[in-house]
Amino acid sequence: MCGAPKQGGALAGIDLNTQTVIQGQVWHDGAPVAGAYVRLLDGTDEFTAEVVTSPEGEFRFFAAPGTWKVRSLAPVGKGERVLDAEVGLNETTIVID
Amino acid sequence: MSRNDVLVTVDWVQDNLGTPGLVFVEVDEDTSAYDGGHLEGAVKLDWKQDLQDPLRRDYLDKTAFEALLSSRGIGNDDTVVLYGGNNNWFAAYAYWYFKIYGHRDVKLMDGGRKKWELDGRPLSKDAVARPATQYVASEPDLSIRAFRDEVVAAIGSKNLVDVRSPDEFSGKILAPAHLPQEQSQRAGHVPTAINIPWSKAANEDGTFKSDEQLAALYGEQGFDDSRETIAYCRIGERSSHTWFVLSELLGKKNVKNYDGSWVEYGSLVGVPIEK
Repeated sequence: MCGAPKQGGALAGIDLNTQTVIQGQVWHDGAPVAGAYVRLLDGTDEFTAEVVTSPEGEFRFFAAPGTWKVRSLAPVGKGERVLDAEVGLNETTIVID
Repeated sequence: MSRNDVLVTVDWVQDNLGTPGLVFVEVDEDTSAYDGGHLEGAVKLDWKQDLQDPLRRDYLDKTAFEALLSSRGIGNDDTVVLYGGNNNWFAAYAYWYFKIYGHRDVKLMDGGRKKWELDGRPLSKDAVARPATQYVASEPDLSIRAFRDEVVAAIGSKNLVDVRSPDEFSGKILAPAHLPQEQSQRAGHVPTAINIPWSKAANEDGTFKSDEQLAALYGEQGFDDSRETIAYCRIGERSSHTWFVLSELLGKKNVKNYDGSWVEYGSLVGVPIEK
């Protein structure tokens, strides 16, 4: 329920007509970052959720339409991305410099 | 009760792994985290498989809790140090649960798994087996657990602290955003509840903020020290995190966790809801 569901993988079973999915990968130095902590912040920068990336560096959130910030925290550093999400699939990549 | 009685640092834990009388317990919903590497010698509790009644929506009864702890090799005199993922949400839930059943000495590892991992500290994949014990639990201490009727009665008279994110409080979303937004309950919050998200009590690495910062946080948000308090979230684990802050770190009196939380309240017929 409130734990961390498996990140990445197929979108089977997810209704993209109703869900606002924000997903993507975390990259550093030309490779995906596994085990990075990725948090979703709302329009006021308040924490909404956090997941840990899959072995392929993937993360996925179920949000609502609007502006969101995705921030990644890993031993190699931090990165973030702001995006405007709509109902359906919203994909983004976070690069840690 | 103060911070030093209930919270240990990752440094302290690393120095004390393997110390007799100390049992490290990882509590997660996603046990693949433990299986992929855990603190040396730590045992595992699965929030759903181990800590919930398999049939009714409730925690384990006393007999089942005794059997669980005995099987994990946890004795009444052991000091239990809990840690886990999700910024210690489920570890805090387990802390509250151990207190319900009267465990004498229980602590949280500040920052949980996240802090440990971000620091690059060692994890072990070795299987852990502890000799079984004969654990004896106390009768449940209901002075720290709130039920639904108490929550309805508390509207306008107690501190009702809704610790979910602002978007869940306002009803924009129904669950934390790492979960699909398909829930049967109505959206919104309990009237007169104040929204103090659990996350405001934690630093980005999962550790708790300082006592001074925490005291200021609740003061600024309208927490009334003269009133009794009920904390809730969606299913009671994030509110355990806030219960821990209020009751164990700040030493506030008469704080209860409503583990029924929004999944129960938002499904009740006829109760008032604000949005």
